[in-house]
Amino acid sequence: MIRSLILLQSYSNFFPETRNRRSEKVSAAKALQETCNYIKSLHREVDDLSERLSELLETTDTTQAAIIRNLLMQ
Amino acid sequence: MASKHTIATRHAQGIRARFASRFLRSLLRLRRSGNRFGGSQSNDEGIGKRIRTDRIKIAAYAAMARAVGPRRSWSRALLFKLRNRARIHGVSRKRCLVSEKKRVARNKVVAISREPSRADTLRKLVPGGDSMDTCVLLEETAHYIKCLATQVTVMQSIADRLLL
Repeated sequence: MIRSLILLQSYSNFFPETRNRRSEKVSAAKALQETCNYIKSLHREVDDLSERLSELLETTDTTQAAIIRNLLMQ
Repeated sequence: MASKHTIATRHAQGIRARFASRFLRSLLRLRRSGNRFGGSQSNDEGIGKRIRTDRIKIAAYAAMARAVGPRRSWSRALLFKLRNRARIHGVSRKRCLVSEKKRVARNKVVAISREPSRADTLRKLVPGGDSMDTCVLLEETAHYIKCLATQVTVMQSIADRLLL
């Protein structure tokens, strides 16, 4: 998906005289919009996961052992 | 001679492992310092929770930026921003407002000399995107998205494992 986005953008720059110019511009703009939406959704997921992790870190007593286990397993 | 694909996958696994170990170490550090400041602060629990969430979020972004290293423009910009934020937190509010204004004014002068492009929302989302031209911006965006997705996956798996 990312590679196609980059290719799309570069194509619309190289061929400005093509008959399908408007459709290429529209799809490049749409790809940019989708990229922005995707990045925003990833940021939101990081926020939600941070909140979940902060709750988990506070509640359990055995968290330290679990984190160390995680560290060893990665 | 390893093919480009195997080098790329090895590189991807490296990022995931480096981010995971850094982030887990920060979590341990945060938990230790959290216990030191007292277990139950019932009067400002909402604010305390917000602070803890922000600390974890910053730790995640910092761990990812450090795992990527200085070879990417967005990771350099992100590390710079996080270091400035850490520095400002130690200084009084009045002084930090002045330095913020100076930095914003400097960036504004650079922006006026460029003509506005279609990718302006993207520039605001990718760290350091203001000072990139469009080709570099797209390349950085691709790498940034890949690392963000890795970050989310690792955080998700940690949260799932902590429940067990």
